Amino acid sequence: MIGIEHYIVVSSILFVLGVLGIFLNRKNIIVILMAIELILLSVNINFVAFSAFLHDLVGQIFAMFVLTVAAGEAAVGLAILVIYFRARGSIAVDDVNRMKG
Amino acid sequence: MNWAVSLRLVAAEEFLSVTGLVLLLIAGWAGDKAARAITWLSVAALAVAAVLVAPALTHGAMGAETSAFFGQFAADSFASFAKLLVYGAAGVSLALAPGFFERFGQFRAEYPILGLFAALGMGIMVSATDMLTLYIGLEMNSLAAYVLAAMLKTDDRSPEAGLKYFVLGSLASGILLFGISLTYGFAGTTNFAGISHALQGTMSTGALFGLVFILAGLAFKISAVPFHMWTPDVYEGAPTPVTTFFATAPKVAALALTMRVALVAFGAQMAAWQQIIAFLALASIIVGALGAIGQGNIKRLLAYSSINNVGFMLIGLAAATAGGASAVLVYLAIYIVMSLGGFAVILQLRDAEGQSVESISDLAGLSRTKPGLAFVLAMVMFSLAGIPPLFGFWGKFVVFQAAVAAGLVPLATVGIAASVIGAFYYLKVIKVMYFDEPADKVAGSLDPVHGLVLYASALFISPLGYLLTGWLGGLAHSAAAALFHGA
Repeated sequence: MIGIEHYIVVSSILFVLGVLGIFLNRKNIIVILMAIELILLSVNINFVAFSAFLHDLVGQIFAMFVLTVAAGEAAVGLAILVIYFRARGSIAVDDVNRMKG
Repeated sequence: MNWAVSLRLVAAEEFLSVTGLVLLLIAGWAGDKAARAITWLSVAALAVAAVLVAPALTHGAMGAETSAFFGQFAADSFASFAKLLVYGAAGVSLALAPGFFERFGQFRAEYPILGLFAALGMGIMVSATDMLTLYIGLEMNSLAAYVLAAMLKTDDRSPEAGLKYFVLGSLASGILLFGISLTYGFAGTTNFAGISHALQGTMSTGALFGLVFILAGLAFKISAVPFHMWTPDVYEGAPTPVTTFFATAPKVAALALTMRVALVAFGAQMAAWQQIIAFLALASIIVGALGAIGQGNIKRLLAYSSINNVGFMLIGLAAATAGGASAVLVYLAIYIVMSLGGFAVILQLRDAEGQSVESISDLAGLSRTKPGLAFVLAMVMFSLAGIPPLFGFWGKFVVFQAAVAAGLVPLATVGIAASVIGAFYYLKVIKVMYFDEPADKVAGSLDPVHGLVLYASALFISPLGYLLTGWLGGLAHSAAAALFHGA
């Protein structure tokens, strides 16, 4: 029998993979965008699983909102990436170092 | 709930969204020629929105109906106070923009509209009483802010700032959302009042994880240590009017949001978040003060200064009392005026070719070449350091007073000690301006709008500001009471 805890474990693993994808990735900024998407989808698994578990629709509505915002976020992210590429001619993570932080 | 009442309570948001869309049409039709006109229309729209929210300021806790759309949105005195600060700060930073961008021939008609939509998102953030409203408001603000940071294409630091802000901001939203989903699962609702009700008694581990993730995501947005690493880079790389905007309006919105989440949604679990907030406060004050010491760029210096100041505000929140909350609001009001004044000076710093001067060593001897600018910047620095005759001292005073009243004496002691370290780098800037040989880098005359902002904020932080303490304190007190009215 698959219970709520299995869903939480899966979504937590996906969440951690997404966060690691942002911090460990040394190659390409597109991979970072994918990692962000993975984080948002892991959250959606949580919402939908809790929604079914609690017999409450709010979680599914929230998941819809997250999907919509994720689409907008990807559009803004890619647009910024295009501007960045035009200015610098590269999208390698190691090249994002004009300012030291 | 009544639809007509709900629609009337969100009047300012409706007005801003319709105006923003109309201005977007005008921008699409008239192009960048209309940028200056659109800027002034946006500032006017923010002023109208401020007039619409102002009446709610004095209703206090026992006022008329404040909850709209089945408890999703609150138009109470707390939201009204924060919105007035947000709209004011957004309006001033929009008004500062044309003079800066036109030097580079880069003033785009989209700029004021993005600022307007960001302000709309921040208005929703401070009014949110449901996790869903919170998320929508936060993203509306963030998505506009990412684009604003990348706006100046002629400076290749600007797209980099936009990219860094986007990646780390999205990560923060992801962390926040994960926390929201856990809280939803363990409390069974996304409504703040409902969460508070469900979390009475001992807190389950799942809900505690939710709380920690939510606070981590929000700490990112207010740039509290250890989630501050994006701040110096974004402040340095973003065009200066955008930095002015980031340092003021989103700070108010995110901090007000954090207060509402902590005091209302998790109001039944104060012991659980009090120590987290106290840690964030101390870490921010210390890292902000130490990190600023080695900085050579004045915008990076102000970035660390903002981290440091957020720490002081969090001390007020850590007190978890109505007095602490109202102290945070007073501090916020004073802080944004100091920031606006400081950045208005930085906007004036340019060399003979119109390029921005940002290096602190280039400010050497500014007191002899530009005495007015040097004097205002010195006042802002003294005020940020919290040196008594200036108004910045009052903000720190009320925050520490609230912390001591709530029994957080060790926290207040360490905070005061760290603010002495902080004074060092503020004084260093003043020493360079007043006692070093002139570098003769800064040229150009004062833009009238910038001059107005400069001297108005100087007047506010001068000792004359103390005439306002009673009035400001009274408003902040009734605003903070709205948060504690349900408890």
